[in-house]
Amino acid sequence: MAKVTVDGIEVEVPNGASALQACEAAGKEIPRFCYHERLSVAGNCRMCLVEVEKAPKPVASCAYPVMDGMKIFTDTQTVRNARRGVMEFLLINHPLDCPICDQGGECDLQDQAVAYGKSFSRYEEGKRAVKDKYVGPLIKTIMNRCIHCTRCVRFSQEVAGVPEMGATGRGEAMEIGTYVEKALTTELSGNLIDICPVGALTSRPYAFITRPWELSKIESVDVMDALGAPIRVDVRAGEVLRVLPRQNDEVNEEWLADRSRFAIDGLKRRRLDRPWVRRDGKLVAASWAEAFQAVAAGLQGKRIGAIAGDTCDAESLFALKQMLNALGSTSHDARQDGARIDASRPDFYLFNSGIAGIDDADALVIIGSNPRVESPVLNARIRRRWLAGGFRVGMIGPDAELTYAAERLGAGPQDIAAAASFLDGAERPMIILGRGALARQDGAAILKAAWDLAASTNALREDWHGFNLLHHFGGQVGALDVGFVPGEGGHDVEGMLGGGVDALWLFAADDFDVARIPAGTFIVYQGHHGDRAAARADVILPGAAYTEKDGTYANTEGRVQHGRLSTMPPGEAREDWRIIRAASQFLGVTLPFDTLDALRGEMAGNHPALARLNAGPVRGCTDSTGPAGEGALSAEPFAPAVTNYWQVDPISRASAVMAECAATYLAPQPAMAAE
Amino acid sequence: MTTLDRFARSFLLTELVGGMALTLKQFFSRKATINYPHEKSPLSPRFKGEHGLRRYPNGEERCIACKLCEAVCPALAITIESEPRDDGSRRTTRYDIDMTKCIYCGLCEEACPVDAIVEGPNLEFAVESREELLYDKEKLLANGDRWEPVLAKRLELDAPYR
Repeated sequence: MAKVTVDGIEVEVPNGASALQACEAAGKEIPRFCYHERLSVAGNCRMCLVEVEKAPKPVASCAYPVMDGMKIFTDTQTVRNARRGVMEFLLINHPLDCPICDQGGECDLQDQAVAYGKSFSRYEEGKRAVKDKYVGPLIKTIMNRCIHCTRCVRFSQEVAGVPEMGATGRGEAMEIGTYVEKALTTELSGNLIDICPVGALTSRPYAFITRPWELSKIESVDVMDALGAPIRVDVRAGEVLRVLPRQNDEVNEEWLADRSRFAIDGLKRRRLDRPWVRRDGKLVAASWAEAFQAVAAGLQGKRIGAIAGDTCDAESLFALKQMLNALGSTSHDARQDGARIDASRPDFYLFNSGIAGIDDADALVIIGSNPRVESPVLNARIRRRWLAGGFRVGMIGPDAELTYAAERLGAGPQDIAAAASFLDGAERPMIILGRGALARQDGAAILKAAWDLAASTNALREDWHGFNLLHHFGGQVGALDVGFVPGEGGHDVEGMLGGGVDALWLFAADDFDVARIPAGTFIVYQGHHGDRAAARADVILPGAAYTEKDGTYANTEGRVQHGRLSTMPPGEAREDWRIIRAASQFLGVTLPFDTLDALRGEMAGNHPALARLNAGPVRGCTDSTGPAGEGALSAEPFAPAVTNYWQVDPISRASAVMAECAATYLAPQPAMAAE
Repeated sequence: MTTLDRFARSFLLTELVGGMALTLKQFFSRKATINYPHEKSPLSPRFKGEHGLRRYPNGEERCIACKLCEAVCPALAITIESEPRDDGSRRTTRYDIDMTKCIYCGLCEEACPVDAIVEGPNLEFAVESREELLYDKEKLLANGDRWEPVLAKRLELDAPYR
């Protein structure tokens, strides 16, 4: 530790910390553009100049290591003059187009020019002009505004792992770009918008729509992947206009994947905004009362089953399960992908090491998963661990570009046991099993094989749990937590589609083969989008998407977070638990709660895990008995679980932005002409 | 003594005579009233009357949808919606002023970075229904076109003081 005095305030910072960090520890604000906590230090904007005792000139505090007994001054006349001068230089080539800039109102340069700059300009010559670059369908570039902080270059290189951006030219001729014009091939490109301190990189779908001061900001949680990143939903006039990440060092740090950020225009399209009832083979618009009567008539005396989708909130799932149980049915399943997950113990289906636990691991085997498309932010964390060194990664499954070197240990489930030698000698081995790997006939055996691999490599200890299941969506773990899996004598999805039930309640479930529903089955579809299953329904009950209801979600590591209502559901659509509560009354099994609080209380009583908000995973494994996992492993290699990152659920399939991304990134790339 | 003085004054009708004298004096002096619809009093170039949206000489509308006027409006009378126009420039799709809410403070004009929204010299825009006072972009642009020569002159006259 080094003792440093900042403006007379004495602070202790670790050796090797920068002067800027010492100033922050002392509570002094240092203006900066190029410095970012999670990126390497570049030291090229010169805005963070401070005076250090005995140094002849002001020093760039971000790149100046502290020494014991150092005295830093952040508010002397020299420092003020230096900042003013630097700001004047930065503004020489920065256009004064704040009124048409989307960053206006939340711009670092704007704020710092007001706080540390001059109130006038002496520059009268012409400003430089730079041609705008194309970097993909999500990011709009206005390169005139670039101040060459190189945050974007460092982000794409260090965090995203796609060294595609860079600077060409020197001095005034320097330009940031992708060398060869192309769309950035990363699922984290939206973060470039957040880290750009000026308006050079802005969101293309959000362009010119609104101003930051017009937005109401609601803190919620993302469900578009299983990471469960905390998000801030920006709303204006009942419309979700933007989603930004919030910071949680144990989950997403401060990044957010592109689907979570840009699929929100799908919340406005193809919505179910009123109940529909099938009469004489045709869906006709109906009132809620008519719809519930049709539900009651249709379910009368039938064997009922329910399939839940991937982004449902735990409250509604709990209510639906209670209702079905009251109706005498235990056929409810939330594994519409057919993943053979053993829900008998939480650590069979959780990411037990924890997302932050990746930082502690020293070897990793990925089985049947491509974290890059299943959870891009988690993948960035693995990459960071890999960059730090002393970390080896192996993978079993289809070859994939993961942004870090991964040794291919095999292609199919037969190779799982042999991966033990790869983990040999690792202090904290980690095994990530993709949910997609379990969605096959021998899924249960694969789960057992992966667990056994963890057990045989000493990954299941009291201080370390190395078995991890990576889910695909934010609602999947919550569904398993409330036990939305077949109960005693109940059918699973396979059994229900195989004729085990006469009536099906589909709760936002679209991602199974709808054509396999036996003819004559009475279908109630409760959901938010007119996607695949709604057309087959006999009654449609319009529900709410994740931004339109207060709900509880658990991420892949079991961290429970609350999503908040940001906009009202469209038209006559209602929050899902209310629909189920109302339906239960028509079905004669009135559920015993009238308010969300009562429902949450009931749920917490039955599933206490869902009441522990924002608690990370339980570290360590106390019981290493594996899942049952009967059956033999087949020789069939693993198939990629997600082939189209951009369009995987009803919301992203309805999104025009995501469709454009899919068209850009999945189109066959033209072969580069030989130069 | 005072009582006697007051008695003499009222008895001799001095106040009445004084009043009539003033009336007689005003009878011959210059009139302060004007014959309003036919005659008009001069207006300061800073007079804040009916709003208009101006255009550049080439016909391009000035407004760039920065929404500063909407933000500054103390009466919340302005509503703006924007999106990229086909040529990629930032433009309004909706620019409404509720003239019944407007307090004619002129802050919108002050906030505008491109002199697009202005308050012109027109004060004669009384209408018969409330709805007619809910101005949309078309109406505001038409106002701007109609008053452009006067508006430009006003800004020019006011420029030295800004």
